[in-house]
Amino acid sequence: MRKIPRLFQMIGIILLIYFSFIVLFDYLLDQVIPSSLLRMYMFFIIAGVVAVFTFTEGSTEELLAPIMEMMENPEKRKVRNAVLTVMPILVGAYLYSQMVPSVEAPVELRSIHPAPPSSVKLFGKRYNLQTLVNPLRKYEKDDPEKFRELVREGARVYIENCHICHGDKLDGQGLYAVRLNPTPLNFRDVGTIAQLQESYLFWRISTGGPGLPDEAAPWISSMPVWQDFLTEEEIWQVILFLYDYTGHRPRTWEE
Amino acid sequence: MQSGAKHGDKMRHLDWKCLLINSMLLFGSLCVLTLLSDPVYAAEELVEVTASNVISPPELTAADYPQILGLNSRVTVWLVAQLHLWFAAFVLAVPIFVFIIEAIGMWTRNRKYDDMAYEFIKVSITAFAITAILGGLLTFCLFLLYPHLMQYLSGIFRESMFIYALLFFAESVTLYIYYYGWHWLQGGNKKWIHLTIGLLLNSVGATLMFLANAWLTFMMSPAGVDANGVFSGDSWAAIHNFLWNPINLHRTIANIAFGGSIIGAYAAFKFLAASSQEEKAHYDWMGYTANFIAISALLPLPFAGYYLTAEIYAYSQQMGITSMGGVFAWLFIIQAVLIGVLFIAANYYLWCGMGRSEGAYRYNKYIKYIAVVIVAAFLVWFTPHTLILTNVELKALGGPYHKYLGPLGIMPAKNTAVNLMILFTAISVLLYRRANKIPTVSRVEIGNLVQIALFTAGIINIFILGTYYGYFTNTVYKIAASIPQVLTTLIIIGISALIDLVIYKGAKEVAPLHWGRIPDRAQYALFLVAVAFTWLMGLMGYVRSGLRQHWHVTDVFRDNSVEAFTPTLGYAASVVSVGVVIFMAMLIFIFWISQVSSQKTVVHGYWKTT
Repeated sequence: MRKIPRLFQMIGIILLIYFSFIVLFDYLLDQVIPSSLLRMYMFFIIAGVVAVFTFTEGSTEELLAPIMEMMENPEKRKVRNAVLTVMPILVGAYLYSQMVPSVEAPVELRSIHPAPPSSVKLFGKRYNLQTLVNPLRKYEKDDPEKFRELVREGARVYIENCHICHGDKLDGQGLYAVRLNPTPLNFRDVGTIAQLQESYLFWRISTGGPGLPDEAAPWISSMPVWQDFLTEEEIWQVILFLYDYTGHRPRTWEE
Repeated sequence: MQSGAKHGDKMRHLDWKCLLINSMLLFGSLCVLTLLSDPVYAAEELVEVTASNVISPPELTAADYPQILGLNSRVTVWLVAQLHLWFAAFVLAVPIFVFIIEAIGMWTRNRKYDDMAYEFIKVSITAFAITAILGGLLTFCLFLLYPHLMQYLSGIFRESMFIYALLFFAESVTLYIYYYGWHWLQGGNKKWIHLTIGLLLNSVGATLMFLANAWLTFMMSPAGVDANGVFSGDSWAAIHNFLWNPINLHRTIANIAFGGSIIGAYAAFKFLAASSQEEKAHYDWMGYTANFIAISALLPLPFAGYYLTAEIYAYSQQMGITSMGGVFAWLFIIQAVLIGVLFIAANYYLWCGMGRSEGAYRYNKYIKYIAVVIVAAFLVWFTPHTLILTNVELKALGGPYHKYLGPLGIMPAKNTAVNLMILFTAISVLLYRRANKIPTVSRVEIGNLVQIALFTAGIINIFILGTYYGYFTNTVYKIAASIPQVLTTLIIIGISALIDLVIYKGAKEVAPLHWGRIPDRAQYALFLVAVAFTWLMGLMGYVRSGLRQHWHVTDVFRDNSVEAFTPTLGYAASVVSVGVVIFMAMLIFIFWISQVSSQKTVVHGYWKTT
């Protein structure tokens, strides 16, 4: 059997990986792979594949042989001219497709967790967010029964105020969620409240969208300023509920 | 030959003069600063100083910041400081591994090591003069453009700044004795004296860096001052602030990796310019050693980085989130990409180097598997927490959260990935080292089996720690799990290296090792490593400094200059990139100068015959 030239082996492997990503994510898993990420992935996959194909002299020569043959052999003039004509057109077409303005809104770099201020004024008092802890958390060990009661109270607050956007399963799939961009936070995701201290949640819930810092404006969160509608204790209770229901633990520095 | 020697002498005299002028420049400027920080000399409006010698930060307005020649003060200080840091990192790192190589040469009595160590230190000598010039320029820039801040800092750190200036003299003297005395202090006790001077040089260099680190970490995590920034008078408390040791550790390791990469680029430059096979062989060996040093320091570097970041987070939730979750998160993605480039380029260089011997061909078939793991781990390593989604993708996903890629965006996945990258890079090194050898000891199979078992068990352990403890327990364990992961990696590397030493003791060579038989593209990989390191240091240096946001000294001394805002990421990346280009241009100048100094033009009829 005739061996496939190394150059075509390499191109074949790269294309195979590319389409495998699309088939796996877009069709089998039903979760599209973002094109920006796929481009980053492919850049380094190509680097890795080229590295494997060129680390020995023999392999490099074999890889380049068809190209050298095409460029240097006078008999390959037609093929050479065709390739040298088509290649720039393909590159140009790709660049054009990337640069041409479209009606789609531009993508935004959005940080899920903006950095909190070191201190914040809430409920008429100033809180130091570096040292602030949930005053109700102590009951988890000291008085488990009371703790369960506080969690239940937090659940009531959540259902009355939050579930319409954040969902009754706390997965960010509330009734209003489909009309919001960015969509409400999915608390069950390991990358959201599990990464944060309770003082952070207290700040975000209390100040809502308007309380977001300027560091990565424009902010487009539609979260209400909950300190205008809830008491301080209710916010701490709902925080207890968020962690209790999802099974996550708040970020702490000691057990 | 004689005229060449005289020319060399002249160059050395010139070096001495340059050094003296630079030292005096730096010393003078630091003395001026120290004097100005004295209450007697200080203008009242600069720093509020009371009769009881209390130093507190003033409240400034934009008008308090001098404007000189229309310069943008922040960008000027930023670029000069960064250039100074790059050169300083290089000249502090080179003596560390020169000392080690010299000691190896003494241990093995192999002259080759001694010659190479000398060549390494020779490269750093010109860089040393440039470091001093940039240090002097930085001091003047800071003093002229930010007088109030410098007044405050030098009031707190006056003793350490004065000691720093004195130590700079000690550094210069020890470095020059070490370099110029190299051929004089040879053999017997003289060689021991020379090695001791090397140790002294490194001790002084490390102390210099630790002192400067204290000043910059004080600006991030001030200590020894109250909530209003009033200095208590305890200088040690100000030096020994929360982030001092994490920065000391991280910078020491990073400097070695950076220094190794720059020497590697020098060797690559010389290799590509070499006209004889002998020269090629020499610079190939030099490049290999430099890359080995860079990789050795690169392996523990991510761990030092985690330690530093965890401490930053522990010191301030705000700083921690700003760095990796907030506004600087995208710079960390670039950082991840550059670290991946480093790993791929360093591995590629090793794989290309296996062509030096026919004996290595039997291992070529394994390289593709190593590459697959390294690239796969790398993809996980740089998958961002926040994905950039088009509106169509956003709609298709039903929100900005990706069910399968989302969990790869947080630290447990990245910890696991980086440990795998490190382990498989270690396998590359192991394969390279055993490529040309055939063991002669008995029970080789047992040794190999133990190594395979060690790697397999270790990788399983890293996966369990990364998945179970990373995703299914609380954050205390998530952070803590990274420590046993690191230990697992280090233990595997340590034990397998020991086993290799035993197995390959007195091993036979399969075929002659042809130094110089390496493709040019491997040399470009060495350049890539150096450029990636430089860029990385610049970007991460900006992040570290930018974490203070609108504060000169976090929470106690506000920056009220017109530039007291966090620039856009694109702007910051552009400034750093311009710095990288300037640094590389200066570096090429240094490489070129080292070529020129060894060239001689024979002229006829120019000089009078006497």
